This record gives sequence, structure tokens and C-alpha cells, in this order.
Amino acid sequence: MKILLCLSNVPDTTTKIRFTEDNTQFDTTGIQWIINPWDEFALTRALELKEKGTNIEKITVINVGGKATEPTIRKALAIGADDAVRVDAEPADAYFVAAQIADFAKTEDYDIILCGIDSSDYNGSLVGGMLAEFLDYPSVSSVSGLDIEGSEVKIKREIDGGQEHIHTELPFVAIVQKGISLEPRIPSMRGIMMARKKPLNVKTPVEAEALTEFVSYELPPAKSACKMIDAENLQELVGVLQNEVKIL
Amino acid sequence: MSVLIYIENRDGKFKKLSYELVSYASQLAKQLNITAVALSIGNVDEAELKSLGNYGADKILDVQDDRLNVLVNKAYTSIIAQVAEKEGADIVIFAHNFSGKALAPRVAVRLKAGVASGVTALPGSLDPFTVQKGVFTGKAIANVVIKSPVKVLTLFQNSVEIIETENKASIEAFQPVLNDDDFKTKVLDVTKVTGKLLLTDAEIVVSGGRGMKDPGNWGPLEELAAVLGGAMACSRPVSDEGWRPHDEHVGQTGKIIAPNVYFALGISGAIQHLGGVSSSKHIIAINTDKDAPIFESADYGVVGDVQKVLPALIQAIKEAR
Ligand SMILES: Cc1cc2nc3c(=O)[nH]c(=O)nc-3n(C[C@H](O)[C@H](O)[C@H](O)COP(=O)(O)OP(=O)(O)OC[C@H]3O[C@@H](n4cnc5c(N)ncnc54)[C@H](O)[C@@H]3O)c2cc1C
Ligand SMILES: Nc1ncnc2c1ncn2[C@@H]1O[C@H](COP(=O)(O)O)[C@@H](O)[C@H]1O
Repeated sequence: MKILLCLSNVPDTTTKIRFTEDNTQFDTTGIQWIINPWDEFALTRALELKEKGTNIEKITVINVGGKATEPTIRKALAIGADDAVRVDAEPADAYFVAAQIADFAKTEDYDIILCGIDSSDYNGSLVGGMLAEFLDYPSVSSVSGLDIEGSEVKIKREIDGGQEHIHTELPFVAIVQKGISLEPRIPSMRGIMMARKKPLNVKTPVEAEALTEFVSYELPPAKSACKMIDAENLQELVGVLQNEVKIL
Repeated sequence: MSVLIYIENRDGKFKKLSYELVSYASQLAKQLNITAVALSIGNVDEAELKSLGNYGADKILDVQDDRLNVLVNKAYTSIIAQVAEKEGADIVIFAHNFSGKALAPRVAVRLKAGVASGVTALPGSLDPFTVQKGVFTGKAIANVVIKSPVKVLTLFQNSVEIIETENKASIEAFQPVLNDDDFKTKVLDVTKVTGKLLLTDAEIVVSGGRGMKDPGNWGPLEELAAVLGGAMACSRPVSDEGWRPHDEHVGQTGKIIAPNVYFALGISGAIQHLGGVSSSKHIIAINTDKDAPIFESADYGVVGDVQKVLPALIQAIKEAR
């Protein structure tokens, strides 16, 4: 079995967000870039499956992005992915990104394509589903568990207030969320050394359109100061629940 | 010419979010002078279907098929695309939740439509079609232009008001064309919690963090939730430690919620935690540390020990009733 893992390169989750050029561009100065948390969890699960002796030939990482994303891709190789592809284009929108990944996936027969439920930058929750549709593969979203036994794939899906066990034919796209693995891995020294020798192929993008454009940004309206209530005067808090929150 | 709304159901019932969707779509349809068509897939009875008309749906399409009582992404996508074509949909709207995230991107590719996901308000401009959505997990807002002729939106929960109107809706059954290829995924079994208020539906959420110190200390939180009719939540370390079930974890890597009131109890207010709760209408924090960052995001704060403050608060609430 071959696994393709889609990797989004995002600002560290603690980043203070700023914009430039009249609030039309995200300010990337001084930003620390990381593997999108969901993709890191997905990679960890793929490695766990490979290590427990499941028949996994290789785990390929793919990213659509400029050269600046290579350190993040290398990190995924250091954690344990076998090889990587970077489609050399700025990720204009989800439609564009999914079209690029679909074009690559068509040339190789991957059995499982893993995507995260959302990128922590633009919060799209789109690439995985779009990719599945471009490829005409089945997709399972909200995946919180993935196991392989022989040629059988076992999936756990979170639904509103419950869980389902799902069987799917291969190939398919799994869109993963909380639960897929517990603790993301950090690269070992040996992993970092080995990553330097692993293939990171650069692919020319195919013709594709972006159908949306992020034209400007704002910071959320400043919150008014927190009203402090004395612990000895909880009557005041009850008043808030009655008159402001209106739940009593 | 129409705005099409996909309406999910849980065990045959619609939720508040469904009515938010219809209210949003019907206002949008009015602005564009086109009709609002709601599509329901799965077993829903006529009274429930008809209720969509109370919020401005002009027409309700009903698809029932026993294979469709669980979400099958490809089959649902086919149905929604067929209806979009039949109704000449210019805009297709989903909830920004479990089902919308699964279906909106697939339908969008089918219709070659650009998507704005997690939209929080009616368009600021119709031409170019510009909507607002949250980005960087609640840390900023973006204005997004959709350039394609057909547009797909997913609507963020609790961001638009529900508006009741006179009900003039008609209900029509729709017979989609489906083939075996649409059913390559099969649900083998389902486990569901029943009778419990779901975190994502709750208007009142009582949430505890590491400050609760021990899994045995949650009594007062559960009592507050019971007294107010709210749901329980927790921070990530709490669910990682196994003090509380995983489905209560809120934040960037847990559930994203937007209740009317969120009680943050013994929670420091880390940025990743706030990513999941900052859209709450009111945040009330109780923390022993007056400098805890949660007080920068809270509307009301009490400096104190949760174990002492909560019992007194619960007592005061009971007396006030
Ligand atoms: C990639 C990534 C994703 C993450 N995702 C999430 C997420 O989705 N959700 C999440 O919650 N976290 C997430 N985190 C973790 C986050 O950074 C914080 O570590 C976490 O939110 C802290 O949890 P806490 O507030 O419960 O605990 P702490 O930070 O330990 O805070 C405990 C608080 O309790 C107070 N306290 C102590 N005793 C009492 C008492 N008796 N009464 C009242 N107050 C008391 C303390 O003053 C303190 O402020 C993520 C981290 C990373 C790196
Ligand atoms: N530029 C990208 N290159 C590769 N994969 C991506 C890219 N952007 C998003 N993805 C994948 O799609 C998932 C969801 O992202 P999004 O739809 O942008 O929220 C991510 O977790 C990644 O798995």
C-alpha cells in the first residue's frame, strides 16, 4: 500500500497575526513555520501503521508551495516520511491546491490519501474534499481512527454525538481530525541526518484556476475590558446572568 | 435562479443551525431577488420539513432513501449537484460543521464553484461577491471574493440571527439518480449518545482546565451545568490526562464552539484554547491568578478558587430563581 500525505505549511500556532500593504497581505516577517498540526498527527499515524508491520510500501509527502516551505517538508522527512514532492507554486486557493495534488496523485497509484480537517492559517476545511472529487475517489471526513488489517482499511468517523465504523474501497481520501494519533513525533538526530538524503522532488504546476481571492484582512474588534467581580459578591455575577447573558 | 441550502438532520430532527442557515439564505435570496430552496436528505417527517418555511424557505425538496440515513459523501454530493442543476442554483449553502465540511468541497468541484468556508455574515458586496470569514483560528477576519459564477458558502454557527417569517413553503419529493459507484463507503455500525445535550448544540457551556487539579474535583462544574442546563467541556491537557472524555475537548485541536455563554474554570486561556471558544457571546472566567491571560478574553472575571466560588455561585443562582 502507498500513502500520500498532504502537508500544509503554516505559522506556529502561537504567532501574533499582523498584516501589511493596507491590510491586504499576511505579514510573514519573523514567522516560525510548522507542519499543520493535523498533518503532523496524520503522519504520525501513517508511521505507526508502517511500524506495526502493515504492508505499507512508502509514505510520500506532498506540499503545494514556494521554495520557502522546504524546511517544513524536510521536517516531515526527518520524522519518517520516505519521499516528498513540492509543487512549485504559491497556494492561491483550495481549488488550485487540490487541482495540483490531484494531478500528481493521478500519476501514481496511492491507496490512501491523508489530509487534515483544516489548515490553521486560512481554516478552509476544503482541500481534502476537493481533491477526492477531482480524483473521483470516495472520501471519509472527520476521521478519528485509521487501521489497516491485511488489505482491509478500518475507519472510525466522528459524527454529531457519536461514532461510526466505516468500510471503504481503495483508493480513498481520509480527512483526519482529533484522535487519529495521540502525540505527534519529533524528529530524531538520526532522522534529521537521513532526511537530507531522502528525495524531495520539485514538480512544475499544471494549469489551474483559483476561484476565490482573499482581498483584505481585519483584526477582530478589540474586546472591552473584562469586568472583574469580587468573589465575595457573587450576587453581582447572578445579576449578569439575569440581565446581560439572560439565562436565568 | 436560486439559493440552495443543504439541511442535515439528526435522527429526523433539524437543529438550530439549520434554521440559521435558512434565515441567512432567505435574506440573501431577497437581496438577489431569487428563491430560497432547502434540500433535506434522509428520513424526516412532513411537519419537520414544513418548519423550514417558518424561516423563509420558498420550496423544500425532500430526498428519502434508506441508503441515505448515514452520510455517504459521494452519494450526497451527487444529489446536491443534481438539485443545484435542476434549481439553477447560483449559491449553495452548507453548515460549517461535520456534514458541511464533508460535502461543500466535493459539491464545489462538481459545480466548478469557489468556496468561502466558515462565513460569519451576509455578503458585504454582491459584485464582486465578498464575504467575511474567520482566519488564523479566530485571530483575524478575512474578506474573501468568490469569482466563479456559482458560489458555495459554509456558514459558521451562531453568527446570524434566526428570523421567523410567514410560511409559504411547498414540499416536493425529489428522486435522484444514484449508482453503485456512489456507495463505495459503508457504515458498519454506529454508536450514539442519546439524551445528552451535545457540546456543539449547547447555549451554555461549563468548561474546566488543569486548574481543577484532579478528576475527582468536577462535582461543582457538573452541578453548575445541571442547574443551568448546559453542556460540559474541558481544555486539552484535561482530556489528554483522561480526566474528562475526549469529546469534551475544545480548542484549535478539539471542538470549535460558539455558545451564548462559556464558563472558563481553572483555564489559563492559551491561544490554542481560545481558538475554539473565542466566538462565544459571553465568556465568564474564574481563576486564582489575577494575571491569567483568560481575563484578557473574558467579559466577566472572578479571581478565586473554583472549588470555593462555584458552590457559592450555584447557591446564589438557586436563590435567585
Ligand atoms: C498545536 C497545539 C494545539 C493545541 N490545542 C489545544 C486545544 O485545542 N485546546 C486546549 O485547551 N489547549 C490546546 N493546546 C494546549 C495549550 O497551549 C495549553 O497548554 C492548554 O490550553 C492549557 O490548559 P489549561 O488552561 O487547562 O491549563 P494551565 O495552562 O495549566 O492553566 C491552569 C489554570 O488554572 C488556574 N488555577 C489553578 N488552580 C485553580 C483553582 N483552584 N481555581 C481556579 N483556577 C485555578 C491557574 O491559575 C491556571 O491559569 C494546544 C497546544 C499546541 C502546541
Ligand atoms: N498548500 C498545500 N499543500 C499540500 N496540502 C495542503 C495544502 N493546503 C492544505 N493542504 C491539505 O489540506 C488540509 C486542509 O487544508 P485546508 O483545506 O486549507 O483547510 C491540510 O491539513 C493539508 O492536509
